[in-house]
Amino acid sequence: MSEQMTAKVDVDLAQPSILSRRNPLRYVMLLGGLVVLVLLPYWIYPPVAMDILCWGLFAISVDLLLGFTGLLSFGHAAFWGGSAYCTGLIATHFGVPFPVAVLGGAVFSMLIAWPIGYLSVRRTGIYFAMVTLAFAQMLYFIANQARDLTGGENGLQGIPRSFFGIELVEEDSFYFYYVGAAMILVGVFVAWRVVNSPFGRVLTAVRDNPARARALGYDVERFKIKAFVISAGLAGLAGGVFAISHQFASLQELMWTTSGKVVLVTVLGGIGTLWGGLVGAGVVVTLEDFLASSGFEGIGLITGTIFVLIVLLFRHGIWGTGRNVLRKYALDRRRRTRD
Amino acid sequence: MSEFIQYTLQGLAAGGFYALSALGLAVIFGVLGVVNFSHGACYMLGAVISAVLLAELHVGFWVALLVVPVLMFGFGVLMERLLVRWLLALDPLYNFLLTFGLTLILVEAVKQRYGVSGLPYQVPAGLGGQVSIGSVNLSVYAIFACLFSLVVCAGVGLLLTKTRIGMIVRASTEAPERTRALGINVGRFVTPVFGFGIALAGLAGVLAAPTRAITAEMGSNFIIILFAVVVIGGLGSILGAVVAGFLVGLVEAYGIAYAPTYAQIVIFVLMALVVLVRPSGLFGREEVA
Repeated sequence: MSEQMTAKVDVDLAQPSILSRRNPLRYVMLLGGLVVLVLLPYWIYPPVAMDILCWGLFAISVDLLLGFTGLLSFGHAAFWGGSAYCTGLIATHFGVPFPVAVLGGAVFSMLIAWPIGYLSVRRTGIYFAMVTLAFAQMLYFIANQARDLTGGENGLQGIPRSFFGIELVEEDSFYFYYVGAAMILVGVFVAWRVVNSPFGRVLTAVRDNPARARALGYDVERFKIKAFVISAGLAGLAGGVFAISHQFASLQELMWTTSGKVVLVTVLGGIGTLWGGLVGAGVVVTLEDFLASSGFEGIGLITGTIFVLIVLLFRHGIWGTGRNVLRKYALDRRRRTRD
Repeated sequence: MSEFIQYTLQGLAAGGFYALSALGLAVIFGVLGVVNFSHGACYMLGAVISAVLLAELHVGFWVALLVVPVLMFGFGVLMERLLVRWLLALDPLYNFLLTFGLTLILVEAVKQRYGVSGLPYQVPAGLGGQVSIGSVNLSVYAIFACLFSLVVCAGVGLLLTKTRIGMIVRASTEAPERTRALGINVGRFVTPVFGFGIALAGLAGVLAAPTRAITAEMGSNFIIILFAVVVIGGLGSILGAVVAGFLVGLVEAYGIAYAPTYAQIVIFVLMALVVLVRPSGLFGREEVA
């Protein structure tokens, strides 16, 4: 059966969260994370800080599928970019405050994710990656053809950033960052809730042993579709904030390279770690920003090399490796005190 | 009517490129269980190498048709030995990601070295011009490309079904454990098969060089359509890859001719239909997948 092909990525069995009760450091880490979040635009250029958070949530949405459901989506650019365009169109034509527009974009992503998910979950493993990639490319072509709506190669330019007439947020990207960050945090919270819910446990079961999950009476395909739609909604949220932040949506957002880049961010952060996505995004976005500002042109050479290296040598990712080291240390200490 | 025949021929010629490459993809998947994302980049390399051979060493099309697959075979062997090999024991997703990274590197490297504008290449002497059959004008090169890829596909088919090596390769595709138990060293065939699949992609690149724009990005869309081809045909099936390759080429050509706005979307609609009606592909068997 095809179930045999379902991705068995080498993630540790579900201990999904640093916030679980078993982690004594959970409040310290949560507090530390929030401090970094607040201070980030002081350290780096605020739009870049916003990019990090957007890509972080985007990677978390991919991890929700890859790490917790065992599905590698190679077409998530469809939801990120689809929402970027939809958000931009809503903001341009209706003049609503941008959180509303972003919400509209995320809902649009979930709407297109349903048929794509419905078709794609019929194949598992590597086929799922190929099918989602093909559907994303189809959306790319549609966006390219619908020039009247999307502006074709020029993209959607000058997306307004209206926010209840508060000019500080509308004009200054430093203050905009905090509103955007709040929206991203909502997305991260949703992902965390999903993973740590009974629903999330079923997803893990589907990942680890689909045949058994089915035997226990769970409709495996339906759970996969639901996870896919939720993930698309999160990717859409991230893409919408991204479009508002740049006040621009382009075909680049829908390209297959974007789908690949977010998988890179996810793997670099650590598959099945959830929080790793934010760390991976921090590294990749800062690196790209640094390379672009230093005038280096072959960014693909660098990202490609990173990809090859982490897949060959560093499969647990930054977060996964850190967690394993800490856990091993804790285990060793416990064993020593017992002796 | 004459136009229809022309489009059909163009479709079959384009389908030949798809069929050859999909064949390589299917053979590699069959024996190694690896979906090679860099297949499109290898197709691009095949075309770029033949253009560079022509420009710098004045090596013509016919020689390139022989030399480039050999070079690409070497490239494939290196790739398998140095990179792909280490991830074979793991989930196929990792090799998919590895070859994706490799694609980024290859495309960017070619872009940096040869720029973004197309490299020049002419239709080889003797294959230029058109033939008229009745009222229909057909490009000689398109006929050649179509026939040539058919012959190569048939040749590979014969190789797989009629020779001892082919039998071993098929056996290790379908039941590696049992093949090993019969005293055959399956591992010995892994590297050459990988190289062979890459060589086929390179060959498709050489064939495409005279008619398509030779750029670093020429393989990017190609690989995604190739994935659609193997999903339609069923990745486990050699015959499926070839038939679906020609089918997609035809669909694309008719799309460009009769509904240019939707031309590129039609292929994916076809794929969606196949996934809906026959998820394992037209010729696929679920066990192999």
